[in-house]
Amino acid sequence: MSNKRGPMGHGGRMSGEKAKDFKGAMKKIIKYISRYKFRLILMLIFAVAGTVFNIVGPKILGKATTELFNGLVAKISGTGGIDFGRIGEILAFLMCLYAVSAVCSFVQGMIMTGISNDVGYSLRKEISGKMNRLPLKYYESRPYGEILSRITNDIDTLQMGLNQSITQLITSVTMLIGVFVMMLSINVWMTVVALLILPVSMLIIGKVMKRSQKYFQAQQRYLGEVNGQVEEIYSGHNVVKVFNKEKDVTETFEQTNQKLYESAWRSQFFSGMMMPIMQFVGNIGYVMVALLGGFLSIKGIIEVGDIQSFFQYIRNFTQPIQQIAQVSNMLQSSAAASERVFEFLEEEEEDQLAEHPVSIQGLEGNVEFDHVSFGYDPDQIIIHDFSAKVRSGQKIAIVGPTGAGKTTMVKLLMRFYDVNSGSIRVDGHDLREFNRSELREMFGMVLQDTWLYNGTIMENIRYGRLDATDEEVIAAAKAAHAHRFIMTQPEGYNTVLNEETSNISQGQKQLLTIARAILADNRILILDEATSSVDTRTEVQIQKAMDNLMKGRTSFVIAHRLSTIRDSDLILVMKDGDIIEQGNHEELLAKKGFYANLYNSQFEKVS
Amino acid sequence: MLGMALVIMIASITVTFLSAKVAATLGRNLRDQIFGKVISFSSGEMDKFSTASLITRSTNDIQQVQMLFAMIFRIVLYAPILGIGGVIKVLETEASMTWILALAVGLILLLVLVLMAVAMPKFKKLQTMIDRLNLVSREILTGIPVIRAFSREKHEEERFEEANRRLTRTNLFVNRTMTFMMPAMMLIMNGITVLIVYNGSYAIDDGKIQVGSMMAFIQYAMQIIMSFLMITMISIMLPRASVSAKRINEVLETEPQIHNPKEPEQAQKGHEGEVVFDHVSFAYPGAEENVLTDISFTAKKGETVAFIGSTGSGKSTLVNLIPRLFDVTEGRVLVDGVDVRSMDIHDLRSKLGYVPQKGVLFSGTIASNLRYGKDDATQEEIEDAARIAQAADFIEEKEEKYESPIAQGGTNVSGGQKQRLSIARAIAKKPEIFIFDDSFSALDFKTDLTLRQTLKKETKDATTLIVAQRISTIIHADKILVLDEGRVAGMGTHGELLKSCEVYQQIARSQLSEEELAHE
Repeated sequence: MSNKRGPMGHGGRMSGEKAKDFKGAMKKIIKYISRYKFRLILMLIFAVAGTVFNIVGPKILGKATTELFNGLVAKISGTGGIDFGRIGEILAFLMCLYAVSAVCSFVQGMIMTGISNDVGYSLRKEISGKMNRLPLKYYESRPYGEILSRITNDIDTLQMGLNQSITQLITSVTMLIGVFVMMLSINVWMTVVALLILPVSMLIIGKVMKRSQKYFQAQQRYLGEVNGQVEEIYSGHNVVKVFNKEKDVTETFEQTNQKLYESAWRSQFFSGMMMPIMQFVGNIGYVMVALLGGFLSIKGIIEVGDIQSFFQYIRNFTQPIQQIAQVSNMLQSSAAASERVFEFLEEEEEDQLAEHPVSIQGLEGNVEFDHVSFGYDPDQIIIHDFSAKVRSGQKIAIVGPTGAGKTTMVKLLMRFYDVNSGSIRVDGHDLREFNRSELREMFGMVLQDTWLYNGTIMENIRYGRLDATDEEVIAAAKAAHAHRFIMTQPEGYNTVLNEETSNISQGQKQLLTIARAILADNRILILDEATSSVDTRTEVQIQKAMDNLMKGRTSFVIAHRLSTIRDSDLILVMKDGDIIEQGNHEELLAKKGFYANLYNSQFEKVS
Repeated sequence: MLGMALVIMIASITVTFLSAKVAATLGRNLRDQIFGKVISFSSGEMDKFSTASLITRSTNDIQQVQMLFAMIFRIVLYAPILGIGGVIKVLETEASMTWILALAVGLILLLVLVLMAVAMPKFKKLQTMIDRLNLVSREILTGIPVIRAFSREKHEEERFEEANRRLTRTNLFVNRTMTFMMPAMMLIMNGITVLIVYNGSYAIDDGKIQVGSMMAFIQYAMQIIMSFLMITMISIMLPRASVSAKRINEVLETEPQIHNPKEPEQAQKGHEGEVVFDHVSFAYPGAEENVLTDISFTAKKGETVAFIGSTGSGKSTLVNLIPRLFDVTEGRVLVDGVDVRSMDIHDLRSKLGYVPQKGVLFSGTIASNLRYGKDDATQEEIEDAARIAQAADFIEEKEEKYESPIAQGGTNVSGGQKQRLSIARAIAKKPEIFIFDDSFSALDFKTDLTLRQTLKKETKDATTLIVAQRISTIIHADKILVLDEGRVAGMGTHGELLKSCEVYQQIARSQLSEEELAHE
């Protein structure tokens, strides 16, 4: 993959290569979930309750055993027998305790899955909102597969991580504290010795975590890369095949896949290594306590039974530490995922609302370009000082060779991009004085790119005006000459376009997008190569429909076929981003300039 | 004891190491396999699965399976050893209470089965909902300009919201069902302990066992139950992974319809560069109606043959039969005098310079894209190709010229530039036969004309097949096939067709003025 700088200043894969900041990511997650304060506290209470009951359990069971033992001793010495009533009582009480504990953990789990699900849900929702507020520039500089993977994979990882790690963290910490209290109550010195293993554990956890975090990031990055390749190759499948590139792309893929493999097993290994090491450290502590315990009991400071229970608690003490270590792994992958999600959410947005927005009500559609200059990159100005006045109801054609900046004009008009200097005004109001979405309500648009979605034909046309009735939709389809072909589809208007919208042809798609724009019925029309994929017979018919549509509306038409623009009120001839000629068809032909040349070239012989 | 602990640690680390490696290897191999499989698919199979679904299968689904296996290897190796060890010990100490163990295991299995029965159907649904969310996201991402133009951001957010809500709801149900598992397990475990003590106290009273062995029994019972617990942990992941595995398998089991012949025939002498359609009919798999019916024509070496006709007349389908993106239903397609189905598929495709309707570029640089068809093309060759395709100007304007980066999917160049680059890519390959599938319509007249003029001059020997919309693009073709609803409505030169073919006349009239028609 090329790491060279893209035209926008950063390549698509940059996000994965950035130095990862674990603390920062955690802070963001915590800040994000703090909105569920109440539920988190409730969950905390249940989690603590469930764990505490569990800690107390063994001690009560011990009581029962003691009772049993005493009874047995009494029986042997002939002073009594086993008090089954008493044992039964204790056991019944214990069983209730366990049941309550189970209910508590269950409720805790319910609350926590609820929270983590809500986090996933609202993150996705925020991303979907965010997608609509990011400048177009953002999308033009990176593959959409990457954004897609944030919506699905990353949020999934984050959600799962949250669900499991928070619960474990709480129960482990509670366990740790509870057991600590129990241990202290038995013997302070032995507790101190047992605690000596803590710093050792911490050190090991820290070391291992650092390493595994590195590999986790690498894994996440390569996963993104592998997925990017899959996306790209699958989408260009035809070309790969016809160019006999199967072997090459497979090799490249296998290379990236191998890198993913290396980081995947390493991250798995390092995170898995933690547990055995911790166990080993735990065992060392065990031995140390045994030595001290033996010494103390010889001195007669503690009972042998106390040592026994102390051992049990040590076991319970190291277990939560191990769990915390496991949780830290989960947190790492969550942090890596969340970083990518938040990074997206923190991208700079374009301002949606103007300070004192002008209403579009009653606007006529006079458009004025006033010394407009623009470049996608401020260093590379592609439109220099363009001025033109368009009166309401006029038909303006923009022609010129490929790459002359025709589409750029449209993008400026729709405010996908802002001009660098100068201004574009509608009825005297600068575009920037409108609310973005309102401004766009004013435009009807048919683009070269025929974007439709997985839904019925009816729904797709209705996209132009969501409250249109079925009759209106059909009328629009008729006007766009799409009705005939729609009726030949198996389900007519209810035919569902498939995921790739490959069940209708490119030209048919274009007809649908035209119908959609007809239905939208806006003040200003923009037709960017609207009929490039429609055959010319149909085009003539659509043209008539369009002419009707354009009556009384300001319209901007970009076309390669000069025949479609001959009757325009104003033709703007663009070359290298500048308007080099303007006038109507006859005037321009008479000039014998660039336009005349362009027009005549349609019919030149191939020599 | 310390020595023992050390040995245990080393053993466990080894197990972790092996399990991590095995799981990662499995994931890698699956990825390689599925990728290789998809690459071997023809367009028919691609359409069957849909690209979006294949992408999820190759990414998400494999991830699921890999995660499951990482767990399995780590746990499955431990659990039975712990469990069997426990059982042996129990039988050694005291057999009278083993029914309690049986009860415990039975309860756990029952619990797992019930939970699975509840969760499994939802798990299956979950995957389709993930697909749905992916699809909607993809649609939004690819349609940003249109969505903005129609100011439909709210509408899209609602559509996303719908998919998101349904996914979340199912997810919540599944997760909550699984939440039930752990507390229930703990309860069973603790309940069993209580039961053992209760039972044990009577046994002790009878003098059958001692207090010590009852305590030991509890320990072993815990060990056995724990090992079962570990196994059930896997069962949490099992449903989702098994659905994923099935989806992966579907892809792996699909056999591509288009095969390389076992004994490929060599090109026939004297027929080089020749393309012949011999009574070809074609219908998409599963479709009832033919897209193409009984098409016959011959394109000789160096000739230009053009196809024109209205949208949906089957022009693109026709040329897609030549590189065997699809195979004919009836009749045959001959290249170099040999049926394409009996030719080595790589040989066949290496003869072709194919330019698809939609310019597709790959991430890399402009140069790497131009070299796509010929790895060893010199700088001079690719610059030449770019010049012929009228792409040299805009490339030269770029700061890094031929080394300028191309983003994934070629999103950082314009539609017309993409198209010219994909034409240049085909030219750089120096093929015997060019196939332009409506490749010029994204170009303006001027560029279109210059491009064709230069191309004609530079590639005199190549056979050229052009699918076009504009008459001006094909006006000078040696032979024009007029297609109407998948049938040949007329064949001949521009002049002949103007006189004889009604469909062609209509098309011509819609594009050219009377004066221009007369001029011809």
